[in-house]
Amino acid sequence: MIYYDRVTKVYADNSVALDDVSFSVEPGEFISIVGHSGAGKTTLVKMLLAEERPTEGSVFFESINVHEVPLNRINDLRRKIGTVFQDFRLLPNKTAFENIAFAMEAAGRSEEEIRSDVPHVLELVDLSDKINNFPDELSGGEQQRVAIARAIVNQPDVIVADEPTGNLDPVNTFEVVQILKKINDLGTTIILTTHNKGVIDSLKKRVITMDRGKVIRDDREGKYIL
Amino acid sequence: MNLVTIRRIIRAGLQSFWRGAFVSVASILVMTVTLFIIGVTVFAGVILGSGLDELRNKADVSIYFLTDAPEERIVEMKTSLEARPEVLSVDYVSRDQALAEFRERYKDDQLTLQALDELGENPLQASLQIQARDISQYEAIAEFAREQDVLEEGVAPTIDKISFYDENYRTALARLQGITDSASKLGFFVILVLIATTIAISFNTLRLAIYTSRDEIQVMRLVGAGQFYIRAPFMVEGLLYGLVAGTITLLLFYPLTYWLGSATADFFGGVNVFSYYLRHFLWFVLMILGTGALLGAISSFLAVRRYLKI
Repeated sequence: MIYYDRVTKVYADNSVALDDVSFSVEPGEFISIVGHSGAGKTTLVKMLLAEERPTEGSVFFESINVHEVPLNRINDLRRKIGTVFQDFRLLPNKTAFENIAFAMEAAGRSEEEIRSDVPHVLELVDLSDKINNFPDELSGGEQQRVAIARAIVNQPDVIVADEPTGNLDPVNTFEVVQILKKINDLGTTIILTTHNKGVIDSLKKRVITMDRGKVIRDDREGKYIL
Repeated sequence: MNLVTIRRIIRAGLQSFWRGAFVSVASILVMTVTLFIIGVTVFAGVILGSGLDELRNKADVSIYFLTDAPEERIVEMKTSLEARPEVLSVDYVSRDQALAEFRERYKDDQLTLQALDELGENPLQASLQIQARDISQYEAIAEFAREQDVLEEGVAPTIDKISFYDENYRTALARLQGITDSASKLGFFVILVLIATTIAISFNTLRLAIYTSRDEIQVMRLVGAGQFYIRAPFMVEGLLYGLVAGTITLLLFYPLTYWLGSATADFFGGVNVFSYYLRHFLWFVLMILGTGALLGAISSFLAVRRYLKI
């Protein structure tokens, strides 16, 4: 369903972030992308969201070339991809409820759906009691769980989690990974980037290892090897 | 776009207006200054324009007739004056009219009115009030009237006296007109620059306000919000800034024009800015609120644009 076709990204200062990267992701897969900082993991994710354009090559999502979608249509594509970031990226002036509701409103969902679905996903990430709190009233782990709830509320085909545990302690890291696994068990494709060895080794799923913009390993049931 | 979307956009705009109170207050204050300057410009234009009109519209030449002058002679004179190319208009003020105007002017002065009543008859003269096309033609008009009056032999002359402003007054008026003309040209330019500057400041304030939201805009884009859906609440917010700033400006003008009203009436000859403000209040409401709302909405529209390119 996702296909990276010989993608190269060279930034303006001539630093090579991605160097001839090709791989594909099947529906329902849980795929981890590992590598040191600066290996190109985040750039890879940004390509899928059309946040960055490749210098060469193309990225396909469900047979659509992501970078041929015009700017005013790209939001339709992004609604099929839920995103979770290392720094949570919640809207600071909105409560937990409103943050999740925003993603649904943007997708044009009705008020009834919002009223019934938002409490439901917050329950799923175990935050029912923080529904009316603003992000700065939540801990890092709680904020990340709100972000995950926001990512899954529109039932996307794929969840892209870019270092979601980077700012979290081990307990919260474990919880977040458990939630992602649960979502994957329900059929959603997950793309996770991380440099947390413990997470990778406990998952026992497909691992793509990157180094200096190149894919150096692609293991069916991988471990963190670097 | 349906009703639900519109409601969501308005709600989001109101919410960020309210929750970002500090930014809102700062933006409103800056926009108030802009609208205030625009309003002051309008007042200044009105005062300058009407002050000069007042001077220009005073009768250029007045012909006063003897009290026993027959009316048809006066009307005849009026007709022949009106036929002259240098005459712009002629107003006939009859003796009765002159008396009525006199009574009106001295209605608070019992002593004068009493003296008038004791006279028993109307002592006032009929007159023709003439406006010339050009200030250089006063004398020619007066001369023509005098000749006309003594043209028919055997008939007693009817004109008592002719008054027109003398050379000094005329040159003073001409000079004043020159000054106001160049002043209004220069003033127009200065005002354009001033207005452009304050609009630029307002625009930049809103841009800064939106700059602080650039990360949010990016997040909104990444969770799949459309460009218009992100932009519209900012426009609602900008529109609100403009409306609030406009209301403050309108309120500020009330005591200000009240305070300046009699001074401008005395000094500039005629226009009391306070009564002008009250008489044209609806127009001011539309102009100030409209300008504010447009400025806010358009500034926001433009300021958000660059952050949507993702």
